[in-house]
Amino acid sequence: MNIAVCVKPVPDSKYYDQIKIDPVTKTWDRSGIPTVISDLDKHALEAAISIKEKHGGKVAVFTMAPPTMKDTIMQALGMGADEAYLISDRAFAGSDTLATSNILAAAIRKAGNFDLVITGNESDDGSTAQVSAQLGEWLEMPHVMNVTKIDCDGSSIFVTAKQDNGSIDYEIGLPAVVGVTRKVNKPRFVSIMGLMKAKQKPFNVFTANDIEPDPNFVGLKGSPTQPGGIASPEMGRKSEKIDGTPEEIAKRIVDELYKAGIK
Amino acid sequence: MEIQEKKNIYVGVQTTQTRDIRDFMMEINSYKNILVFAEVGDDKVCENSLELLGEANRLKTMRNNDSWVIAAMVGNDVKKYAPTLFGYGADKVVAFDSPQLENYRSDLYGAALAGIINAYHPEIVLIGATALGSELAPTVAAKLRTGLAAHCTALKILENGQFTQVVPAFGGKVLGDIYIPNHRPQIASIKAGITKKLDFVQKDGVVEDFSCELKGFDRMKVVKVEKVHETCKSLTEADCIVVGGFGIGSKEEWTKLEDLASLLNGANGCTRPVLDAGWVSNEKAMIGTSGIAVRPKAYLGIGVSGAAHHTCGIKDSGLIISINKDENAPIFACSDYKVVADYKKIVPALIEELKSRK
Repeated sequence: MNIAVCVKPVPDSKYYDQIKIDPVTKTWDRSGIPTVISDLDKHALEAAISIKEKHGGKVAVFTMAPPTMKDTIMQALGMGADEAYLISDRAFAGSDTLATSNILAAAIRKAGNFDLVITGNESDDGSTAQVSAQLGEWLEMPHVMNVTKIDCDGSSIFVTAKQDNGSIDYEIGLPAVVGVTRKVNKPRFVSIMGLMKAKQKPFNVFTANDIEPDPNFVGLKGSPTQPGGIASPEMGRKSEKIDGTPEEIAKRIVDELYKAGIK
Repeated sequence: MEIQEKKNIYVGVQTTQTRDIRDFMMEINSYKNILVFAEVGDDKVCENSLELLGEANRLKTMRNNDSWVIAAMVGNDVKKYAPTLFGYGADKVVAFDSPQLENYRSDLYGAALAGIINAYHPEIVLIGATALGSELAPTVAAKLRTGLAAHCTALKILENGQFTQVVPAFGGKVLGDIYIPNHRPQIASIKAGITKKLDFVQKDGVVEDFSCELKGFDRMKVVKVEKVHETCKSLTEADCIVVGGFGIGSKEEWTKLEDLASLLNGANGCTRPVLDAGWVSNEKAMIGTSGIAVRPKAYLGIGVSGAAHHTCGIKDSGLIISINKDENAPIFACSDYKVVADYKKIVPALIEELKSRK
């Protein structure tokens, strides 16, 4: 079983309340916020490593990012992935989800034959939840998202996908692409020993010349969605303080709720 | 004057060509109408889809042309829901009924909706960001090689006619505008509770049957479908929502919030840490960017700190009252009234007060 896992380095979501927008330049400032593996991608890695431990083979990590993100990829290798592919080129900058999935698909095709591709359902930063399904489309493989349970017998996967009103279980002959949720497993920790071993593992770098994505959908120019201005959501309210004994406070709260039409 | 600029246009699944700008504009302008994917679940049209029909009508008015609102349904025996769709604002209903579409599968539903879009050439496509819609939207966008803005919090049409989608990033801390200038259709996915449905008005309209070849994967099989039926009042229907955050502290304390909600004829909601901690098992109770957006008459937040990914899901609430013992909790800034106190002292008093007024 050869398994590809897509891993995205993101600003740590614990600090998102610290992100500020510069009112003049209209750009966001994330300075001082550490970069980590997007939370659900750890669940994707855990799923891949567990399947490999049962069926053999290898787990390869694919990351499209600037070269400075090498440390984050080392964490993925430290968790137990066997090799890494950093896909990095100025030509890829500004890619939207369609372009990103096109590039990732080209890298996965180039790196070899993979039986299974696992991604997190969505990333912490953009949270679009688009790349997994679009990767499936570019790779022309069946794909399932919102996965809460995954089993594998070596030639097929058996997955449960959450729906709004329940769930659907699928049996899918490989190769396939799945997007996993938090429910699917509990990711293992990265040990010091794991990180030591990570340094010995193959670390490959792909540039634009090494892979063959559809050239019409690469980078900002090849992205159907184009970014415009950014803003902070407006939600300030009067924040009037209610003081007193618990009974007085309760009385005032109920008064206000009734005034608002609650009975 | 000779027009020199060349533009690439990608429409449908056809191959791309470099064209003269005039041809490009003609091609872009040939895309008209607003298509809403009407999702059917639990033997009815999803509330989210009905809301989107309302939004499509709002956009149609702003378009100022002879656009239609087309509702597209995909499934097996779904045509019967057409009257509901007309009543909530569809001008035309397209129904793709097939036994192959009995159960949702990304490959078959993707092929079906892409087929409808290729046949009807809508300018804008709106898809509810349900579990199904969140997977179908990127699938269809990739099949059509066009743009998709995910989980939009607002849709606008600028004075120059540019359709603009506002999307959240960093858990709602940042809102960004997205344009899809050179590709059609422009697809947006929108969560439940963001847009408003119209009042139901009995009316007739044109229903068109649709079918196309459904190319799927033989190796993909649905082996089981499980339906969970709702036992509690849904958050989008409740006038009052009592929300507990991580500050509640334990599963045992949660029951008091349930008592409070029931005395207010309301519903309980929660933040993501509460769901992750397992104090609440109903995922639909989660409010925020990864859950749903709500707009109740009154929101009562208890032990909610107010992270951006939660607050962006409550900003359209009528009244917001928050109780938190941390004076610096960010939730206070977006509250009408704040109570800086231990909720364990306030909630029992609230329960007593409400009982005394019954």
